[in-house]
Amino acid sequence: MELLEQRPGLLQLFAAGELDAFETLFRQFQGDVFSWIVRIVRDPAAAEDLTIETFWRIHQAHARFDPQRGFGPWARRIATNVALDYLKSTRAREKEWTENPAELEQTSRPRDPAIQHEIRERTQRAFQQLPARVQVVATLALIEELPHSEIAEALNLSTAAVKSRLFRAVRLLRRKLGNLE
Amino acid sequence: MNEQEQRRVADLLKRSFAPVNRDLGRDLWPEMLRRLDERAPGRHWFEVLFSARVLSAVPWFDWALLAVLIAGICAFPKAIPIWLYHF
Repeated sequence: MELLEQRPGLLQLFAAGELDAFETLFRQFQGDVFSWIVRIVRDPAAAEDLTIETFWRIHQAHARFDPQRGFGPWARRIATNVALDYLKSTRAREKEWTENPAELEQTSRPRDPAIQHEIRERTQRAFQQLPARVQVVATLALIEELPHSEIAEALNLSTAAVKSRLFRAVRLLRRKLGNLE
Repeated sequence: MNEQEQRRVADLLKRSFAPVNRDLGRDLWPEMLRRLDERAPGRHWFEVLFSARVLSAVPWFDWALLAVLIAGICAFPKAIPIWLYHF
C-alpha cells in the first residue's frame, strides 16, 4: 500500500489534477477511508456514501494538497470532517436532558434481558444526543479504543483537547445514565 | 473523572453498540466516476455527450451503421429527403 502511494510522482500528479493519479489513490485508500468512517457513523450504507463524498472533497482540494506530506493522514482528516458533518446533519439533538437518570437504576435487574435491552436503547439514545464533536471523540476513544494521539491527528486537535472532550463525554453520559451498568 | 469511571462508561457503550463490519464489500470507483461527471463544473452538454467515457460505451455495430448512413448520404445526396421522411 505504502509503495503505491510512494510511487514516484504519483502525489505530484494528483496535486496537478491528473485523474489517473486520483484513481490510483482512490483504489488504494477507499478501504481505509471507509473503515475509518464506519467506525464513526456505525452504519455501513451511510459510510459508503460518505466515502464517495470524502473523495469528492479530496478531488476538489487537490491543488491544496502538499505532496511532501502523506496522503493517508490528509484523507483521514477530510473523512473525519465528512463524518462529523453527517452526524450533525442527521441526528436531531435535544438541548435539554429530560429523562430522569436515576429511574432505571432503581428498577433495573441487569440479568433480565428486557431490562438489558432497555439499558442498551437508553445508552444508545444518550450517546447520540451528545454534541457531534464530543461523540466522535467518545466513539473513537471508548468504543474503538484508539490512542489519543491518533484521534488528535485525525481531528486536527491537540491531545489535551481530545482528553477534554473525552472527559466531557463521560461526564455527560454519567449524568444521563446514572449507574445503569 | 477517574480511570475506573471511564472504563465503566466504555464497557457500557461497548455492550450497547454492536461491532460494525469495517470491510468495504465493493469497489466504489464507478460511483465516484459518476459523481465526478455529475458535479464537474462548467461542462456543457456536448462535452458530456462526446466524452471518451460515453463514446467508448457505444457498441461498434452502431458506429458501423452510422458510417454506412454517412457513406450513403455522400453517395446519394438526393436520397436525403427520403431518409428524413423515414426518420
